[in-house]
Amino acid sequence: MKGRAKEKRVSVSRRGFLKTVGVIGGAATLEGVRPWIGPAIVHAQEPIRIGQIVPQTGFLATMGMYGVTGAKIAAEEINEKGGVLGRKIQLIVEDEANPGVAAQKARKLIEKDKVVAITGTVSSASALVVGDEAQRAKTLFINTGANSDEIRGARCHRYVFNTEGSNTQYVSAVATWLLQQSDLKRWYFLTSDYAFGHDLLKVSQKLLQKAGREQVGSELVPTGSADFSSYLLKVKAAKPDLVFQNLAGTDQTNFLKQFKEFGLEMQVAGGLVDTALVWPVGVEALTGHFPLLWWHELKYPGVAEFVAKFKKLATDPPENQGWADYTTIKVLAEVIKKVNSTESKALVKGMEGHQFESLKGRTLFFREWDHQLIMPMYTVRTKKKGEPKDKWDIFEIIAEVPAQGQSAETIAIPRAESLCKMEPPD
Amino acid sequence: MSWLALTEYLANGFVMGMLYVLMALGLSLIFGMIGVINFCHGILFTLGAYATVSLKNSLGFGPALVISPMLVGALGMLIEVGFLRRLYRADPSAGLLLTFGLAMVLEQLVRIIWGTSGLPYNIPEALTGALPLGAFVYPKYRHFILLCAIAIIAGLWLFLEKTPYGMIIRAGSRDGEMVRILGINLRPIFTFVFGLGSALAAIAGVLMAPVAGVQPAMGTDVGTAAFVVVTIGGLGSFWGVVIAGLLVGEVVSLSILFWPPIAQASMYILMAVVLLTRPRGLLGERWEKFE
Repeated sequence: MKGRAKEKRVSVSRRGFLKTVGVIGGAATLEGVRPWIGPAIVHAQEPIRIGQIVPQTGFLATMGMYGVTGAKIAAEEINEKGGVLGRKIQLIVEDEANPGVAAQKARKLIEKDKVVAITGTVSSASALVVGDEAQRAKTLFINTGANSDEIRGARCHRYVFNTEGSNTQYVSAVATWLLQQSDLKRWYFLTSDYAFGHDLLKVSQKLLQKAGREQVGSELVPTGSADFSSYLLKVKAAKPDLVFQNLAGTDQTNFLKQFKEFGLEMQVAGGLVDTALVWPVGVEALTGHFPLLWWHELKYPGVAEFVAKFKKLATDPPENQGWADYTTIKVLAEVIKKVNSTESKALVKGMEGHQFESLKGRTLFFREWDHQLIMPMYTVRTKKKGEPKDKWDIFEIIAEVPAQGQSAETIAIPRAESLCKMEPPD
Repeated sequence: MSWLALTEYLANGFVMGMLYVLMALGLSLIFGMIGVINFCHGILFTLGAYATVSLKNSLGFGPALVISPMLVGALGMLIEVGFLRRLYRADPSAGLLLTFGLAMVLEQLVRIIWGTSGLPYNIPEALTGALPLGAFVYPKYRHFILLCAIAIIAGLWLFLEKTPYGMIIRAGSRDGEMVRILGINLRPIFTFVFGLGSALAAIAGVLMAPVAGVQPAMGTDVGTAAFVVVTIGGLGSFWGVVIAGLLVGEVVSLSILFWPPIAQASMYILMAVVLLTRPRGLLGERWEKFE
């Protein structure tokens, strides 16, 4: 056999595969050596570096790309006006991938890139570990895409702020519609099987109890499911009046498409909707009532300009994630200017209670005791065939929650119910 | 639990299983012939879906269904001629790394060309709704997937077993050098096989497009499942892959019915059990080149 070895091509064996993994691992380790090789000259007018951890792969990747564009537009707007404290904003984008990687990226951003603050995360599982890392390193972290109440509740931190709405805020918005539908008595929950879903399920079951409705079924669905058919059969057999979907990422798209395919006709509502993931459902299969963080057709000052800028960069208009990351970078720059410092300790003090406006038609602020952004949400219904004026026009806002003139704090978790016990200020 | 309900879950498992089979047969053909673990397979699935969405408006659903896999097959051939061919003499992991990198490049290209948010694409009017077979009511489009998949699998089997070209592919997979000595140039065959494998992945993508969301990462999970199916079925075994694909489909579907918490892990548990009892897979044979 030896004589033939030259002609014969080597094929992959299990050992070969393991070797490959070793090579990949080695390359990843080398990453850490780079700062020793790179130039170590520090300029007086060094840019203000801000880390952004967003999903670029996996079932949440769609969201990440909108977040990146939103943050980019904010940084450009700031830099065009000369930056902050005479320094430019520089964004360093890292892939969130999974909670383990997200924590590593957070450490890398803090230790190697010496960022002023970390922003981003979409997965609640990632946000929780990045929050812990940020607190340990005493570096500001602003969560722009993770909804679990736990992040602003049991595991809240002095150095963690939340621009993204909490599950409680979202569910409050859809509740305004659900509580009016007294004929929807029997509910069936479909929930993404990870930190976000578990948290949202708890919050939405609380609503079920408050409304006095009956739960006829509840399933946890693995994330990134391409096929919902077997779950839909379970729903069909249970004959609910309403399917309450607590799904994340692309699961929202697949669920709605297959819901229509299997000819199910009950009402749909949910504790979350990501616009970018409902666009690809197509108007034929759209159905349901949902809570929305932000909508590109809001008639508030500045919205049209932001949408135009966003479309130029990304062809699509911005959606909830684009808004959240845009807002976060803008607010961070405002606070840096206000406290005249980039030290996290000073920034945290500056952020607490900071009031600002950001394309939502009223003053928003970060609540001091749980660092949640207090803001209105929107209850939407999906449009039917023939109603949309273009392919992005899929929602109609049926209510702003709470209505103009009422305090937006009413939809967030009250202090008495919150589990947040924050570290004392430094 | 009535028998009728159980039948519905079995049908779901069967249809998904068929899609896994299409993916896995392509993967298995490529690995058997060229010896490359094709990490591009998931993205070729995605490209099939995107191609059919892009072509649907100008050509209609039917023609788009046929032409999209051909285009992806042609792309596969280009990948083989342009990149992979250069690495046959190199370390085997080079091919793996190349396809791994290409998969990322192609996925990013999909984002650049078609956008990040995915495209709307629905079941054509004629195939919407359900088809009642007695008391068993099941979506028409799933029947359609099933028929297409069976036709393609049967066609592929006939091609591999009954035609001289198929014979060359099978012989070349087993012992490439011997086939060369018999005076057959394997170079174009390699190109063809990579193209064929790519087209099979694309067909699965095309069939899945109206059901699952057409978005850049849609192939990731199905691609992983295809690896599992090939491992369970056994390298080089056509029917091994077919049985394994259907088995995986059924195991996932039934675990959702009886014990949902293990749904996601079920196919890996199945793989572990099979590998412990039959290390070469269900119908895997002893191939000298893989030992």
